Formats: sequence, structure tokens, C-alpha cells
Amino acid sequence: MEQFFTQLTNGLAVGGIYALIALGYTMVYGVLKLINFAHGDLFTIGAYLGLTLLTSLALTDHIGGIAGILLLAVMAMGLVGIIGILLDRAAYKPLRTSPRLSAVVSALGASIVLSNTVMLVYGPSTRVYPQGLLPSQVFYIFGLPVPVMRFIILGASILLMIGLYVFIQRTKIGTAIRAAAIDQDAARLMGINVDRVIMLVFFIGPALGGAAGVMVGLYYGQITFTMGWTYGLKAFTAAILGGIGNIPGAMVGGLLLGVIEALGAAYISMAWKDAIAFFVLILILIVRPTGLLGERVAEKI
Amino acid sequence: MSLLQVENIIKRFGGLLAVDSVSFSVPRGAVFGLIGPNGAGKTTVFNLITGNYGPNGGSVIFQDRDITGQPTHRIVAAGIARTFQTIRLFANMAVIENVLAGCHCRMRSGPVAAMLRLPSQHKEERQALSKAMAELEFVGLFDQAENLARNLSYGNQRLLEIARALASDPRLIILDEPAGGMNELETAALVSLIARIQARGITVLLIEHDMSLVMKACEQLVVLEYGKKIAEGTPAEIKKNPLVIEAYLGSDDEDF
Amino acid sequence: MKPAAGQIRKTAYAAIILLWMVAPLFIGKYWTDVLNNVAIYAVLGLSLNIILGYGGMFHMGHAAFYAVGAYTTAIVNTAWGVPVLWLMPAAGLAAGLFALVVARPIIHLRGDYLLIVTIGMVEIVRIALINNVFGITGGANGIFGISSPSVFGFQVNSIVAPAHYFYLVTAFLAITIVLFYLLENSRFGRALKFLCSDEVAAQGSGINTAGYKLAAFVIGAVWAGMTGTLYASKMGFISPESFSFWESVVMFMIVILGGSGNIAGVLLGAALIIGLPEIFQGLQQYRLLIFGLALMIMMIFRPQGILPPKPRSYPIDKLEKNEVSF
Repeated sequence: MEQFFTQLTNGLAVGGIYALIALGYTMVYGVLKLINFAHGDLFTIGAYLGLTLLTSLALTDHIGGIAGILLLAVMAMGLVGIIGILLDRAAYKPLRTSPRLSAVVSALGASIVLSNTVMLVYGPSTRVYPQGLLPSQVFYIFGLPVPVMRFIILGASILLMIGLYVFIQRTKIGTAIRAAAIDQDAARLMGINVDRVIMLVFFIGPALGGAAGVMVGLYYGQITFTMGWTYGLKAFTAAILGGIGNIPGAMVGGLLLGVIEALGAAYISMAWKDAIAFFVLILILIVRPTGLLGERVAEKI
Repeated sequence: MSLLQVENIIKRFGGLLAVDSVSFSVPRGAVFGLIGPNGAGKTTVFNLITGNYGPNGGSVIFQDRDITGQPTHRIVAAGIARTFQTIRLFANMAVIENVLAGCHCRMRSGPVAAMLRLPSQHKEERQALSKAMAELEFVGLFDQAENLARNLSYGNQRLLEIARALASDPRLIILDEPAGGMNELETAALVSLIARIQARGITVLLIEHDMSLVMKACEQLVVLEYGKKIAEGTPAEIKKNPLVIEAYLGSDDEDF
Repeated sequence: MKPAAGQIRKTAYAAIILLWMVAPLFIGKYWTDVLNNVAIYAVLGLSLNIILGYGGMFHMGHAAFYAVGAYTTAIVNTAWGVPVLWLMPAAGLAAGLFALVVARPIIHLRGDYLLIVTIGMVEIVRIALINNVFGITGGANGIFGISSPSVFGFQVNSIVAPAHYFYLVTAFLAITIVLFYLLENSRFGRALKFLCSDEVAAQGSGINTAGYKLAAFVIGAVWAGMTGTLYASKMGFISPESFSFWESVVMFMIVILGGSGNIAGVLLGAALIIGLPEIFQGLQQYRLLIFGLALMIMMIFRPQGILPPKPRSYPIDKLEKNEVSF
């Protein structure tokens, strides 16, 4: 029971991180029908930028732990968001009218470029986040241990997701994003500046990914330049699991995948932990490619 | 005697009943027309016959064999070939190569025969090539054989689709708006081409918006509206049918 | 094409073949080994080209088939001492069967989904190898002591004499080029190009697209599996690291950058992607960065690769007029 509970909370914390990254895939897919393969690397950049800001500005020393981390996360999010927009300009915008698969290849190229740039700037070895920034206490619910850090990570990702959901559902700009996702041409005819919507999507998605990067740094304490690859694939799996293009789907898919993975690692095999997400991915694409919350659309012939 | 029988066929898209229990039968050797306003479900009926969609009910009988829900390539092999409303050629390939696609299902050689360059494979290639050239000559594109398909005029692209369909030696050819995008001269030539296809013993089933063509080319018509069959008969009968007149006057897309 | 241009091309090809054949006589062991790697990746690229180039299926898990072939060879050779070259058909068969099983449920997936699923497949294979699945793959350390190939009793040791191995792998490459050229220009190759161009139209023309996609996967896998034999016997040992996802990316880049659907393009791609980094060793750490940039730039300016396929010409002028008949 205790092990189950430990794995459950761990899975939820990691799942929240997956969900944040998955939102970036799903938002870009929703509007452009493009899988942004470089998204995982934007997450990595977020983690590294977070580390740089943390060590060079020493914000946590100046304005206190929590406020410092918040400010730092916001800065990292902004920077990664801007990199996201630049990525779109360089890799995808010139290919808007090309066959879809050209953009996929370009995305792959961009992913290689970004991860190798991180390697060249920060070096190939694992980097360590300063310890003790998040409280490491453990409290007990019905006698079951819950590390506070897990709560903070899960809480932060849920807050960000709720924020995004409200933004998409309740604001005018959010409506424009939803409209562009349904039909770009019609949205354009209705006077929506679709290019601006795309730019915004390429800001918000990577910004959330950047936040996830900082959270991984804080949670696990170490980061590598290749981690975007694994996290990216898992988050993509989460997006597919929930139904790609569907924002609540990404949230549900992320949390679900985190829990499946944690429980699978504990009860099936630790050595196969990384393979679990891939099995889930393959299974869902074979059995229900529209995901849990997706709708089926007939192809027009 | 009927070559193709469609019986109570049904197709749903989500909540929309696109084809609602439609039945008709196409006599052997006929030129048979399927008409109706936009969105009446004509192309969906074609897609159900050719196996592009699986029906939610009903059946398709071809040459006394139930072919309902079979994969498209089997249906082509059984003798039903088609063209597409939105032209679907292999745009970046030569015209002749497009026609060879139609020959595919009448050929046998597999990858191993090709890699070993068996004499039978070589002979078959040569026969297919001559067959394809013959079909190009039949539709009047003999001189275009080595052009790329995308460089053909719109009307010629439609003819190429017909040549590709004919290359599969069909018993029934299904033409989805063959005159779409053609000028009057090309349409007149198309009418005579349809007659020549019929003269080869191939039954023709077509959807067309050009009513003068329908009236000239078809011997029998079925009219669809909102996925339902509302009338059936000879062109002369259909012209006088009050239901049909209402269906067409009610929509603003066609002058009848 | 003008006869002059055709002549120039033929002469150029002849010169390249001649240069390739005599190269080991003039360059040292190191560079001969580089050429050996180029040849191995050329065959891998050509085998992937069947799936990705002709069939247009975005398959990024080719290293999995390569791994199945190499491990089949390594396991059988080290356990029972069967000569490695005899194991080539077995390796091809094992990889082909593996492809048949794993590709069947996924080939209907749309382009980008297929890509991600094949990535998942190759990662699962790698994890399985590390976890010493069935207790026969040797785990993370891999398998040691694979014998060198022997041709009519003549030992071809790639480490002592890379030049000997060079002619072995060149022979395999040459056979592959000829067979795949015949395949490309056949009913089978055409069918793949049709379904790549427009799947619905291909079905409507009577092509069993699912069957052909699967066949393309199997043929590509058989060849990658046989190449796995050559690789295992060249190295003498294999480990899961040699079959990572990046290995698949390299094969993918060879096809996409060189010219997908064109044999000459794939060969050029192998030479550039495997050969060039050896020439510019000082830039080694920028290698992937440059390849990534190249992928992005190529998609904008030359999406079909450096040497895109030319439309095929048919000998219609050789047909007699009276031969033209239904």
C-alpha cells in the first residue's frame, strides 16, 4: 500500500510535467496539424536556461526562495517562448505550403540543431541544479508519506494548466486560437490574424515546456542535453493518449501516462520503465489513434 | 439482366445519414446516370460501391457476387474501375506510367521475378506497356505519353483518369463528374468517348452535373436528394418528374 | 535527355566505380575502413530507400531490423560456430519476419504517426537488448567473439586487412544496387511509387496498398538484416549502442538528403554523411549540428534531396505500332 501510494504521487508529479510538455505538442498540432518534434528540446533549453539564471542571478538569495524560483521560472518561460517563435520562423514558416512531411523532416533537423547547440554551449556532461531550493519535508496522510516537493510540482503544473484552459476558453485571443484550430481559412475570413495566432501558440507551448524544464531540474536535481528527447517522446505519447489537438486531453494523458509509468516500473519491471511509454504509444495508435478524448473524423475522398 | 445491384445501402457520418437506404440496379451494357443536387450523397454512393467506404447497412452485388465492404483493390480486380471527382492522378509521373497503374491488377510478377529479371516478367512489362499505349490512343492522349501528368490540361487529366480506369479491363466503369472543368468541345468529345466505351461492352455508371451531357449520354437515371432516391427512369421521364423539378429548383446550383 | 548528357553521366559513373575499386590500393587502412563504413551505410540506405524513398513511409526505426540481423548472426555464430556468411540468409529472414510482425499493425498509420511509432519500435528493441531479453543478447555489454567472414576458405579479417573486407562489402553493395535497380523499374517498384504519390488513387487503380507497404517493409528489413551480418562480422562484437535511435536517424538522413527514391542519390548521401565527417575531423563535434541544419535547409530549397529521382522513361518508341493493342 505504501509503495503503491509512493508510486502514485511520484507518477502524478511526473505526469504533471508530461502534461505541461504535451500541451505544447497539442497546441501546435491543433493549429498547424504539425508535430513539432523539436518541442522536447525547447523543454531542455528551459531546464538549462533555468539553471543559468539560477546560478548567475542568484535570485533566490536576493528575494527569497519561493519568489526567486517563481521569477526565475517566468523568465525562463519567456525566453523559451521567444525561442519557440524563432524556431517557427526558421524551421516551419517557410514550409507552410509544402507537403506536411517536409515540415516533419525540418522539425527533426531543428531538434538535432537545438539539442546539439545545448551540448556545445553547456557541454555534454550532466549538470546539477542547486539543492534545497524546494522544501524536502515529507508529511503523512493516513500514515502514508507524501514528499512536499511532489505536491508543489503537481500543484504548479495544474495551476499552469488551469491558467491556460481559462485563457483558451474565456478570452478573445483564446477564442481566436480555437477558431484557427478548427478552420484556418474560415478564421482568416472572420478577420482573425492567423499568423499572430500561430506566433502565440509557438510562444505559449514552448513557454509551458520551459516551465516543465525548470520543474524537472528542481525535482530531479540534474539535467542532460539529451533529456528533451525522452521527455519529448513521452509527452508526445501523453498528447496522443489524450487525443492530439485536444487541450484537456493533453492534461489527462500526461497525468495518466505518469501514473502508468510509475506503477509499471514498480510492479512490472524497473528495467523496462522507458519502454512502457512506447508500448502505450504504439497500442493507442493501433487501437484508438484519436486518443481518449479525441473525435473521429472521416477522411474526404 | 443487371450487372450491378445496390440494395438498401446506408452510410452514416457521425449523426448525418449521408446515404439512406438507396437501391438501384445497373443493367449490363448500359450508360447509367446518378444525379442530384450538391450534397445529395452521389459520390458517397460511388465510394460505397468501390469500397472506399464501408457501408453501415445494405449490400452491393456485382455479377451476382456480394462485394459489400471488400477492399478497393479486390473490387477493381473484380471488374469495377473508377475515376475521381477531384482529379487524383499521380501528378509527378509520366502519363504512360499513370495508365500502367491501371494495368497493375492484370499483371502477376512480384518483386522476386523483377530482381531475377525473369523472361515472363519482361514479357509482361512489354504487354502492359502496349496495353497502356492502346488505352491512351483510345482516349486521344497517345502523343502525351511521356509528359508529366500534372502538365496536362484539366480536360486531358480527366481523360487520363479514364484511360487509367480502362487499363484495368473493367466490366463497369464509374465516372465521377467526368465533364467537370471541361469546355463545350471537350464535353462533346466526352459524350462520344462514353459511347465508344459502351461499344467496347463496358457498362458505364456516371455522376454528372452537366445536364445536357446526362440527357445525351445516359439511358437510365437515378435521382438522389438528401441521401434518398427520389426518382428513377429514362431521361425523358426524369425531366417531367415533379419531385425532381422541385429538388433542382429548390437548390440554386443547377439550371435544369 | 540529350545523348551528350547521357554520355557524360555514364563516363562519370564509370570513373567513380573505377576509383572506388582501386582506392584501397592507394589509401591506408584507416581510410579503407572509412570506405567500408560508407559501403555498409550505402546498403542500409538503399534498403531504407525501398520503404522511405519509393513507398514514402516515414520509417525511422530501420536500426531495429539491422539489429535483429546482427544479433541473429552473433548469437548463432558464437553459440554453434556456424560460419558468418552462411548466416546472412538467416539474418535476413529473421529481420524480415520481425518486420512482418511489427509492421503489420502499424503500416496504415499516417506519415507522422508512423514516424513516431517506428521510433518507439527501435527504442523498445534497444531496451530489450540491454535487458538481455531471452537471456541471449548479452545485455548492455553485447556479444563478443564473432568470427570474421570466410570466402572459399579465405579469412576476411576487417581489422587486420580492411582491404579484403572492402571487396567483400563492395560485392554485396554491387549486387544490392543491381537488384534494387531492377526492383525499382518493375511492377513492384511502380506500385510503391503510386501509393507514395496518392494512396487513394493507387487503391482505386487496383493496387493492394497495405500489402505493398508490408512487402516494402519486409524487403527493406531483409536487406538491413543481411547487412547486420556484415557489420557483426566486421566488428567481431556488437552491443545495443550500435543500434540506437541515432543510427536510424543517420540512415534516414542518408536517404532524405541524398535523394529519396533515387539509388544514385542514396549512394551520394551515404558518402557525404559517413565520409565527410572523417575528412573534417576538426569539426567532429559540430557534425550533428551541421546535419540538422542541412535537413532544415534542404526541406526549404530542395525537399527531394541532392539527387532527386528523374521521371522514368519507357521504351514506347521501341513498341511496334501493331503491338499497341488492348
